[in-house]
Amino acid sequence: MQDKIHSSYKQLEQKSKYTNMFLRWFLYFVLVIFALYFIFPLYVMVVTSLKTMEEIRQGTLLTWPSGLNFDSWLVAWGGRGYGAGDTFLKPYFWNSIKMVVPAVFFSTFIGAMAGYVLTKWRFKGDKWVFLFLLFGCFIPYQAILLPMARTLGVLGISNSVIGLVLVHTVYGIPFTTLFFRNFYVSIPSELVKAARIDGAGFFKIFFKILLPVSTPIIVVTIIWQFTQIWNDFLFGSTFSFGEAAPIQVALNNMVLSSTSVKEYNVDMASAIIAGIPTLIVYVLAGKYFIRGLTSGAVKG
Amino acid sequence: MKTLKIVELSKNFGSTEVLRKINLEIDEGNFLVLLGPSGCGKSTLLNIIAGLETINEGNVHIDDYNVSKVEPKDRNIAMVFQSYALYPSMNVRENMIFGLKQAKVSKEKIEEQLEKVSKFLQVNALLERKPSQLSGGQRQRVAIGRALVREPRIFLFDEPLSNLDAKLRVEMRREIKKLHQQLKTTVVYVTHDQTEAMSLGTNIAIMNHGVIQQNDTPENIYNKPSNTFVADFIGSPSMNLLKGNLKESSNKVSFITHGSNIEIPINGYDFKEKFNLDNKEVFFGIRPEHIFFKKSNENDFEVNLRADLSEYIGHEQIMTFNFENQEVLAKFPSTVKIDLSKNTKLFFDLTQISLFDAKTEERI
Repeated sequence: MQDKIHSSYKQLEQKSKYTNMFLRWFLYFVLVIFALYFIFPLYVMVVTSLKTMEEIRQGTLLTWPSGLNFDSWLVAWGGRGYGAGDTFLKPYFWNSIKMVVPAVFFSTFIGAMAGYVLTKWRFKGDKWVFLFLLFGCFIPYQAILLPMARTLGVLGISNSVIGLVLVHTVYGIPFTTLFFRNFYVSIPSELVKAARIDGAGFFKIFFKILLPVSTPIIVVTIIWQFTQIWNDFLFGSTFSFGEAAPIQVALNNMVLSSTSVKEYNVDMASAIIAGIPTLIVYVLAGKYFIRGLTSGAVKG
Repeated sequence: MKTLKIVELSKNFGSTEVLRKINLEIDEGNFLVLLGPSGCGKSTLLNIIAGLETINEGNVHIDDYNVSKVEPKDRNIAMVFQSYALYPSMNVRENMIFGLKQAKVSKEKIEEQLEKVSKFLQVNALLERKPSQLSGGQRQRVAIGRALVREPRIFLFDEPLSNLDAKLRVEMRREIKKLHQQLKTTVVYVTHDQTEAMSLGTNIAIMNHGVIQQNDTPENIYNKPSNTFVADFIGSPSMNLLKGNLKESSNKVSFITHGSNIEIPINGYDFKEKFNLDNKEVFFGIRPEHIFFKKSNENDFEVNLRADLSEYIGHEQIMTFNFENQEVLAKFPSTVKIDLSKNTKLFFDLTQISLFDAKTEERI
């Protein structure tokens, strides 16, 4: 009797072992396929950027380059050194930096403040304020182009980096506020009460008590805002042109304005350069991104 | 001079009334416990005393000065919170002196206070640690220390022990009691735990639905509950409340439940008003611990009841009896053997009973 039960257990055990093994290998197979699929464009970009035009014409997309040839990268970054019509990324890269740093800083800071007020200094109608802010997250970019252009014109900062800083700051506030509000909701209000009894005021509580524990959400916000603003093309191309354009607009101009032959190697190098800063931000702060998005209460 | 006086205080959040015409007074050095079920408004009352909530009506006086419009930091109070509310980014030292630094107290004085308090609470070895590196009990100590260094007139405690496990809770309870004995400061302490309230308080104010039901010494709260809510809330298991009528004939009062022939004589009872008692509908209240299995004194009332249920809890057992189809609980030592489904002879200690008007639910 017991033997019979045991042998049936044994059979089931074997069966589930084989099933699990099959599923595991199938999972790896699918993952590898997807990994190849996602890495393929990057591979083509990197490989093409390292080839000469000659090699590009003769080989296929996948052909390995003959050597490490960074000429097209230098051209993409610094140009060929002749006057008119020579578009290269360097000045626009700095335009983008000058735009992204203040815009990220201001939108993050204002979002943190707003989140702090909406959770720890509740006032009548604060729910409505938050609702309207949320509404801001859902307004499509295209809808505000005209009014924003007019506003920038009135303020006298159209076609300038400052104008773009303002646009991105304003457009970022709904998102940053949402992030910070949701984070501060999980921090016990008793902290604020204790600090009030200890005699700390509005700003002191913010800077001394809440901000020091906000690292995860600050990182999340910075990554989000940096990616959004750095990669933005629509605002950049609408509100700026020529010298004040950010890098994504310049990249577009560069690729479209080539006169005779399409220089695929330079185009690819330019595209990679334009994407590198966001990659760096992700690599440096990526682990905080997941942690910050999923983190609950920060316990004292 | 009253250390704390609350006059006709009302508070509402929107259309919900949280506190209704609260009047309270505390003398110097007393330990007042605000006790009640969750949502009764006790924490709101504490926040109002601290100045963290606004008042709709009425006033709060500290040392006879109306502080209703005074900032929390200027009220000369300190508060200990349920979640400890230690500043997570600061170490223990910074946590404890934060308030003094805000108040611009001199460095020497701060150091002196910090040393005195941290020694007293035995946290001097933890000063450089962050709150996240402390155990629950240590956090609690630091939170109390942060309140102590300010040398406040009134200590406010908001359920300070409810985040601790059962064993630690009993330990910290004794520590708070010791602390109060040594420092003799005035304390207002919010809790929903009756054992905490009974053991700590010199006075207990029992609250329900934003109204103070009874404000009295622990002894009076236990022995002479002013209404059925208090009677039911205090004691574990709570007081038996038997529904029935009073009967008065030739100056002798007795209690009879509906349709029964058991008549309990009520002779020594201290009625508030001794008229119109005949036929009055009342609750007859007796605590489980005042029902005995053998005669305890002369006036004990003897009755035969059927045992229905027995709950064994180690040092004692809680028995449920059937009293004319109403449940009566009694607490006995666990060594006593009582057979279920059989009639047992019980003795009600009539010196310990309470009577409540069945309509108003007030003590009569």
